[in-house]
Amino acid sequence: MALEFSSETYKKFEETVGRYPKKEAAMLPVLYLAQQEFGYLGPEAIAYVAQLMGQSPARVHGIVSFYTMLTMKPIGRYHIQVCRTLPCALKGSEKITSFIGKNLGIDVGQTSVNGRFTLSEVECLASCGTAPMMQINDDYYEDLTEEKVAAILESLK
Amino acid sequence: MEKVLLRNIDVADSHTLAVYQSRGGYRAWEKVLRTMTPAKLIEEVKESGLRGRGGAGFPTGMKWSFVPKDNPKPKYLICNADESEPGTFKDRLIIERDPHAIIEGTLIAAYAIQSHTAFIYIRGEFAFGAAMLERAVAEATEAGYIGENILGSGYDLDLIVHRGAGAYICGEETALLSSLEGSRGWPKLKPPFPATHGLFGCPTVVNNVETLAALPWIIDRGAAAYAAMGTEKSKGTKLFSVSGHIAKPGVYEVEMGYPFKKFLEADCGGVPHGRKLKGVIPGGASMPVLRADEIEKVNLDYESVQAAGSLLGSGGVIVMDESTCMVRAAWNIARFFAHESCGQCSPCREGCHWMEKVFHRIEQGRGEAGDLDLILNVSGNIMGNTICPFGDAAAMPAAAFIKKYGDEFEEHIRRKKCTVGDGASVSSSEFLVSS
Repeated sequence: MALEFSSETYKKFEETVGRYPKKEAAMLPVLYLAQQEFGYLGPEAIAYVAQLMGQSPARVHGIVSFYTMLTMKPIGRYHIQVCRTLPCALKGSEKITSFIGKNLGIDVGQTSVNGRFTLSEVECLASCGTAPMMQINDDYYEDLTEEKVAAILESLK
Repeated sequence: MEKVLLRNIDVADSHTLAVYQSRGGYRAWEKVLRTMTPAKLIEEVKESGLRGRGGAGFPTGMKWSFVPKDNPKPKYLICNADESEPGTFKDRLIIERDPHAIIEGTLIAAYAIQSHTAFIYIRGEFAFGAAMLERAVAEATEAGYIGENILGSGYDLDLIVHRGAGAYICGEETALLSSLEGSRGWPKLKPPFPATHGLFGCPTVVNNVETLAALPWIIDRGAAAYAAMGTEKSKGTKLFSVSGHIAKPGVYEVEMGYPFKKFLEADCGGVPHGRKLKGVIPGGASMPVLRADEIEKVNLDYESVQAAGSLLGSGGVIVMDESTCMVRAAWNIARFFAHESCGQCSPCREGCHWMEKVFHRIEQGRGEAGDLDLILNVSGNIMGNTICPFGDAAAMPAAAFIKKYGDEFEEHIRRKKCTVGDGASVSSSEFLVSS
């Protein structure tokens, strides 16, 4: 069964493409739409976007695999991304990451068995003055302590 | 010193059009449209001495003047809001708290090069920031500052907020252009420069958020008022993002030429917990680290930091106290660059991973005699041999850590373990210090 956008999303797709001076410039926003609609960008989603954008699936695959925010595999409902770059590391991000891992029973790169959480380590998210920090889906959580993290995780379980 | 860039951020609802206007917002844009030709505007910004705040410090007015006036192709102005240099978080503050200053600056810059389509390329992770900008663009459009025949001037401009998708390299201007063209964020060889062959092969200027956000003040108050601040070659004010082992981390606006040591100690509260300063990276993770003794006479301007052997870069100041293991810090930064190399040029693609591996084995107590020379060799072979500045950005800090803290690296290799603190982390200092 081939994937396709709902009529509502298809309308958004047409609006998005119409905003740009050239169709190909809308590639990232269209991939975001697809990721939102399909959850992740697997081979079928990539083929569908390629067809919509008039490009080859190989080219779209190359774009998707380049950007860290585009995911080719299913991930948990809450994607926990702990910054690991120097300013956060100086303020104890490694301890935060291992605390989350223990709390959820998963390692970095894994998804919890109930599909609720995926834990990732990421590079600098431009929140170094409030380190250590993490991003869960679209939201930043800053000045983290183990207590703070425990409360955040509890609220999402 | 009067604040140019942080003048609005502490006011309640500073992100709204009403508050921005009540503080003189869009007055500069009206002045430009009603009284200035593009040539006069470029001249004014040249006279202000404003230099690009993204890291390179290139004079802004001069950058604009490279756009050919007789080229029949469309011209594009792009605001670079892809803030990703480790240790830098100044643009995010302006994006979230004073988005109209960025928009007004973008409009002014677009007018200078007579662009009718402008973009704000914002890093994908800034979902909140993108929403703030979208909202502000909608407000400004509603008020007639963006769109067709703006304020009856006959000038048209469309402004599009475009989200990246997670790639450090897209902050490099030609990579940003590739990304905006719907491709992988791969840098392009220069020349030709974006001013003549940029987005879709059309004349394009890319300016950093901080550069653009300074423009409304400069136009409103005049180039002379801006040029009156700072040093002979580094004019005006600059934002510094301060992080790491420092009592009061945050974003500070400082007049160019301000003494570095005084800044760290008096303004930022110094290194906490009675510890000593070990080193500081002055301009984001791509810049060479400076030892505590090297910053004694350094001032915060392009020339002074360069004379000390580093670069002002983005103004991302990362402070490390005496409990920091410099081997692990160097490895952390090498890992960043290995992760972010776009993979296009061999010296960088291979070299960044190689340096990361060698730093890691030293840090893990598996270092070998000759490893430091090996890293310096790899670093030297990356320098200048890639098509974009990323290669240099990865090579410079690696070499600087080894040169500045050679004894610590040697000791690590010889004793096969960390000699600082418990050696278990970048820093053995108290974790989660709240400021």
